[in-house]
Amino acid sequence: MKKKFKLPILATGPVHPLQEEMEFFQLYVDGETVVDIDVRLSYNHRGIEKISESLQFDQVPFLVSRICGICSASHPLAYVQAVEEIAGIIPPERALYVRTIINELERIHSHILWVGLAGHFIGYETVFMWAWKYREPVLDMLEKITGNRNNYGNVKIGGCREDLPEGIEEEIYPILDQIEKKMDMLTKAVLDDPILHARLKGVGVLKKEDAVNYAVTGPTARASGIPIDVRRDDPYAAYDLVDWNVCVQEEGDVFAKVVVRLLEVFEAIKIIRQALAKLPKGPITTEVKEIPPGEAIGRAEAPRGETFHYVRSEGGNTPARHKARAPSYVNVPSFKASCIGEKISDVLITLAAVDPCYSCTERLGVVAPRSGKVIYDFDMLLQLSREKTTRIRKGL
Amino acid sequence: MNWKIWSLKKSPWVFHVNTGACNNCDIEVVNCLTPKFDVERFGVTLVGSPRHADALLVTGVVTAQAAPRLIQAYQQAPKPCVVFSIGACACGTGIFHKGYHVVGPVDKIIREIDPNAIIAYVPGCPPKPEAMISGIVKTLNAL
Repeated sequence: MKKKFKLPILATGPVHPLQEEMEFFQLYVDGETVVDIDVRLSYNHRGIEKISESLQFDQVPFLVSRICGICSASHPLAYVQAVEEIAGIIPPERALYVRTIINELERIHSHILWVGLAGHFIGYETVFMWAWKYREPVLDMLEKITGNRNNYGNVKIGGCREDLPEGIEEEIYPILDQIEKKMDMLTKAVLDDPILHARLKGVGVLKKEDAVNYAVTGPTARASGIPIDVRRDDPYAAYDLVDWNVCVQEEGDVFAKVVVRLLEVFEAIKIIRQALAKLPKGPITTEVKEIPPGEAIGRAEAPRGETFHYVRSEGGNTPARHKARAPSYVNVPSFKASCIGEKISDVLITLAAVDPCYSCTERLGVVAPRSGKVIYDFDMLLQLSREKTTRIRKGL
Repeated sequence: MNWKIWSLKKSPWVFHVNTGACNNCDIEVVNCLTPKFDVERFGVTLVGSPRHADALLVTGVVTAQAAPRLIQAYQQAPKPCVVFSIGACACGTGIFHKGYHVVGPVDKIIREIDPNAIIAYVPGCPPKPEAMISGIVKTLNAL
């Protein structure tokens, strides 16, 4: 340990322009090679679990949807499933399908968002602009269904708050066709691009055994050859009633993570189409009388991995204990395995590759007085990353 | 008109500070820069350092650990500097008002160090990109 602290430290953060949230990385570097990494978090800690204990059961979904704005359908769903298990409520079938549709729309917009950001990180602005442009119709559709572009607030205990609007199917199908066509084009462009191959292949490899040891979830695990997916392993909503595949890649590098996410977009489109076709008629909510004492867990597959909620009720109006575990909580420590041994300019995209969501992850608040340490700008890393792309582009 | 204000209104460069937001306002801020809304047409561009910025886009409720960093970013920004509180949390702590790690809305923190700061509010959870653009336009016209 002593030797480690003699190495130069490259500090990035906490306020930097690229990753939207505040986080602080200390890279211990030997020349240009990163030999160790420290992640300092808790800038975004808001104490959601504690606030949740002061809210009533049906108010909590609005709070947990604000754990993370991008997973704002998965967190309430996991919570609601836990409460429904305590109370023994079975939501009507139509509600299950509506939940599935909203969750998959969210997955599409989150994955396209990440692909765009990945392009931005390596200085490939075309991918960024294209991806975010093709994401807009999904947000418009979510706005039509739930009334908001993000933070849908559509899940409630016992069903859904809002039904799909009348005649929405005729609007969704053409938009899905359009997204599929555009994403097909984007996927082919990304997978054939020699610059992206040079930048992403073999970079930030998370080996299968490391992935198991760090217990990573979601696309991060599936890109390392571990076929886990809560939607298949512990089906919820209507995922066991539709036909779809788990996308797995073996390589574990950043490129595999891009491929997994792009393929999952197509699976999500497939699921939405089937769910719309099978959508049964009927009510979308059941009456909830009271939440008896008990405890239960709820799991849902967020775009980043497994979301886990534990709720304990003591028979009152509020949860006695509510614990949320977001996917980034297990994915972020895997930096220790994937970043060490990489060049500084490759670490940036490796850090971004798990699609970290720090606002989900924060568990602890440590208020430190301002240290006198010099903090380098994140721009420096960004510059290095972009220079490498330029170098490769010139070399081709 | 003060020439500083005149030059600020022409092409406001913005710096984005997340002080504990849920990513929602942040992705909508980035959405403003992408093809559908594309505020770069109007000279609004995102810069990488508060030292280059004319305006700070602050999203999220201010947590205890983020507050000193927000103050630092505000002090580094050249004055006059417009602070945009984006979202319900930044405007008035929103749903997190009971949180033990929350020190207050953005205006409270900024007013502590600069009572004459120019602060604009864009409420919503999250505000739509149109609302943000409208907020920026209204603020610049009012200066």
